[in-house]
Amino acid sequence: MDFVGAYAPAHLKFLLEGFVVTLEVAFLSIFFSFLIGIIIGVLRYSRIPFLSPVLAVGVETIRNLPLLLIIFFTYFALPEVGVKLDKFYAAILALVIFESAMLSEIVRSGLNSIEKGQIEAARSSGLTYTQTLWHIVLPQALRRMVPPIVGQFISLLKDTSLAVVIALPELMNHAQIINGQNVNYVIPIFLLVAVMYFVVNYSLSLVSRRLEHKHS
Amino acid sequence: MLDYSILIEHWDMYMQGFANTLKASVLALIGSFAIGTVMAVFRIAPIRPLNWIGAAYVEFIRNIPLILIVFVFFVGLPAIGIRFDSFTAGTLGLTVYTAAFIAEVIRAGILAVPKGQMEAARSSGLTYLQAMWYVILPQAVKIVIPPMGNQFINLVKNSSVLGVIAGLDLMYFGDLISSETFVTFDVYIFVALFYLLLTIPLSLGVGALERRLAKSR
Repeated sequence: MDFVGAYAPAHLKFLLEGFVVTLEVAFLSIFFSFLIGIIIGVLRYSRIPFLSPVLAVGVETIRNLPLLLIIFFTYFALPEVGVKLDKFYAAILALVIFESAMLSEIVRSGLNSIEKGQIEAARSSGLTYTQTLWHIVLPQALRRMVPPIVGQFISLLKDTSLAVVIALPELMNHAQIINGQNVNYVIPIFLLVAVMYFVVNYSLSLVSRRLEHKHS
Repeated sequence: MLDYSILIEHWDMYMQGFANTLKASVLALIGSFAIGTVMAVFRIAPIRPLNWIGAAYVEFIRNIPLILIVFVFFVGLPAIGIRFDSFTAGTLGLTVYTAAFIAEVIRAGILAVPKGQMEAARSSGLTYLQAMWYVILPQAVKIVIPPMGNQFINLVKNSSVLGVIAGLDLMYFGDLISSETFVTFDVYIFVALFYLLLTIPLSLGVGALERRLAKSR
């Protein structure tokens, strides 16, 4: 094991560059997944004939598939039907597909946790269904959803590492490139990479725990 | 229209991958249940250093990616002379990773058993370990069955990382078939169907169990 050689400044800089891509992919993915997740969650909650059951089947299918398979699909299979995406966008598309299904379930159970009496009260005081949803149900449900959403973001940040299979230049990919130079770098590099993921994810989980205490 | 001839001609490969995916998931479930139970007991045992070990394991492993752990077994340990074949390395990685989540599930289960049970068992002369084994754990098991089912579903999905290290699972054979046939789309649709064949019944089963447990409370 060669800790000194492994932690050469050039290597550290290279790992940080990879981590920036990891964070960039994670933030863009969570942003779009959150928007799509809310829309799907609300549509399923509203029990619209035909649309809600179709969404239910879609969400359940995606949730029961490995993310790795979806990444393979967006990068290797979509070009076969004429949709050619760059690695960066293929990874984001796969993460958004997978995570919006996950988030829609969080949104749906958050909405379901709001007491029915509130909806009845809002409706009988003259609000329309959409107004009730927007002004009464969603604001309360969103607050309850914060801890599970942070948890989902932690999984997403870890899951970006799966994009190593399409050689997206994120943290794991850069670690593997450094490891390829010298077998004595492997353990020190893995250790450092693990610490990098851990620091970010553990801080997020502490934030989430604090929020949980605040709201309960 | 999907090209079903791919499925028929490569049926043996799909089956081999399917069997290995199931095998890796079941082995990792057994292993991670054992490690997870130990870590959960460590976290709540009345001995400080054990609490720290349990907490450190759970918090560290939960916050790093699975693929990194698999790489440690597949590339990291061989660098210091400990070698595994790819299937074993993948299954060990899955076990170590899933154990952290299962530890949390079991801990929640144990904490859900009323405190009086432990006190009663201890005051009737059982040691801490005896009370844990004969009184607390059997009651905790009932509570943890649905979340354990969810962990098994995650295991089946996560076992796909074996494909990254040529671990002979469904993903690996999917990769192999697509490089033989030069077809990707259809090949992976069939791979997806095989995963769903495992995960959808499991999801439905877990859902039914959760509803039953919610009713009985």
